[in-house]
Amino acid sequence: MTAVQTAPVSRIRVPSRSVAGELRAIKIVWQRELIRFFSDRLRILTSLVQPFLFLFVLGTGLSQLTSGGTGGLSLRTFLYPGILAMAVLFTAMASAASIVWDREFGFLREMLVAPVRRSSIVIGKCAGGATVAAFQGVIVIAIAGLVGVPYAPGLVLGVFGIQLLLAFTITAFGVMMSARIKQMQSFMALTQMLILPLYFLSGAVFPASNLPTWLSVLNRIDPLAYAVDPIRRIVFSHLTLAPAVRQRLDAGMTWGSWRVPTLLEVGVVAAIGAVLLAIAIAEFSKTD
Amino acid sequence: MTRTAVATTRLTKRYGEFEAVRGLDLTVEGGETFGFLGPNGAGKSTTISMLCTLVTPTGGTATVAGHDIVRERDEVRRNIGLVFQDTTLDGYLTAEQNLRLHAGLYGVPKSELGDRLRQVLDMVGLWDRRGSKVNTFSGGMKRRLEIGRGLLHSPRVLFLDEPTVGLDPQTRSSIWAYIRELKQAEDITIFLTTHYMDEAENCDRIAIMDHGRIIALDTPEALKASVGKDRVRIDTDDEKAIALLAERFGLEATASEGAVTFFVEQGEKFVPTLFGEFPLPIRAVNVARPSLDDVFMSYTGKTMRDAEATAGQRSRETIAKLRGMRR
Repeated sequence: MTAVQTAPVSRIRVPSRSVAGELRAIKIVWQRELIRFFSDRLRILTSLVQPFLFLFVLGTGLSQLTSGGTGGLSLRTFLYPGILAMAVLFTAMASAASIVWDREFGFLREMLVAPVRRSSIVIGKCAGGATVAAFQGVIVIAIAGLVGVPYAPGLVLGVFGIQLLLAFTITAFGVMMSARIKQMQSFMALTQMLILPLYFLSGAVFPASNLPTWLSVLNRIDPLAYAVDPIRRIVFSHLTLAPAVRQRLDAGMTWGSWRVPTLLEVGVVAAIGAVLLAIAIAEFSKTD
Repeated sequence: MTRTAVATTRLTKRYGEFEAVRGLDLTVEGGETFGFLGPNGAGKSTTISMLCTLVTPTGGTATVAGHDIVRERDEVRRNIGLVFQDTTLDGYLTAEQNLRLHAGLYGVPKSELGDRLRQVLDMVGLWDRRGSKVNTFSGGMKRRLEIGRGLLHSPRVLFLDEPTVGLDPQTRSSIWAYIRELKQAEDITIFLTTHYMDEAENCDRIAIMDHGRIIALDTPEALKASVGKDRVRIDTDDEKAIALLAERFGLEATASEGAVTFFVEQGEKFVPTLFGEFPLPIRAVNVARPSLDDVFMSYTGKTMRDAEATAGQRSRETIAKLRGMRR
């Protein structure tokens, strides 16, 4: 057994509360997410399976049926913007789920008893989830060349920015749910139930114009649609297409007959993210 | 700063109809090792949770390191270290990463962190394993790391909730060795709970808790002296024996764990008398100097294990009742 007699009696130092302390807490929680993500290579790999499956298997297979409908554009290229959103969606949700694991394995308690604001912990967690998800997004951006999309700086930066924002909003949503849903099984079941409808309704796999009214309405109230549309707009602005084809495949988000500007769409995603984050903080600030 | 580490006044916590802690009055001085002893379900963990601001009391007040546990929650948290009953380490991080994370959350100055990290890891004997993932650690190593982590931010009061529960006897005694060494190295108050009698001997003072109340509070020596008499356990025909002991010797005996127990002065000398005059067959006899278990028994009339059985029974009944209410 190691002896400690050599160590002098430590004096008591009680750190004081400060903004710097809160920022440090945010940073440390964020860092933990990154450490954990990058040490889990299997997770990096598995969360990429689904986007690639959609893009190459579904995209290639279905193109036999739809070659007329895309006006000569490869179905894979059409699906690509939706896949950019999808990569982020799944990873961000998995990050948020880790808070449920943290609760089950007890680590959440270590964070919740710390003398920092709960908001710092929730913000750190969301920022961590967003970073990790955006990293997955970058991998999907990197394969643009495989589906005939050019690597233009404006495209890469624009798409990355929206992915980051979307990732933050999705993580905030997941963290908010994890405040109430304490069992992993229930959490998984609920996210499975929510994610696919959100994804299908968002217009990620089909153009959101000329839809039946019911589908059109559902598409407009799906928050994910406000991230998918601007990504598609950016990607399509870098493709050379016949005007008629562009009109059909990238009609864009409309409210009535009004074309919603990209900035407003991004604003909608940001606003939803902010509200979800606020709810998540409020939920985690409660005690028994 | 006040030298009183923990002070409670009529501290109470009820969950619905069930009163887990009933009006606790308690003062722990700075530098003390204070033990909370009692069966599972006696209210020890609830009390610790209240003192650590994890649970809000339903009545009474308490201060920790001079700060009110309800109104100055963050101040209290900054002044305490906490080791839970269940592990709260991140198994996917290394020992050092776990400690660095803790330091970040508790605002340990970066300039001091390197030295402190080394000091704490040396103290719990894990410096060589600092780069290993916590998942690869044994139960005892995890517990030691948690104790080290609880100390990292140099708290005034360290709360240890059942620090050795679920560990093998050898690991238990090594954890205690670390705790004793720790007392030499740090100017700290230790507040711990345990339901192992032998461990309570390590404390400066002990509060014995049962049914949410403190039933005795003193040094282990004083508590044992208060029993005064030796404990005699005989294996015989229980019910008749209790009546006979009262009738012939004026002794108050109780039946527990399949034996009849009573307290008598100079137990060794009493045994021959007993054998000479007792009409029932005695299959076995055991005489012992008073232990803390006897203290518990003399105050409650039952052993700790009996108490745990009824506490378990009680909580099952409470759960059943709650289920019934929901229907």
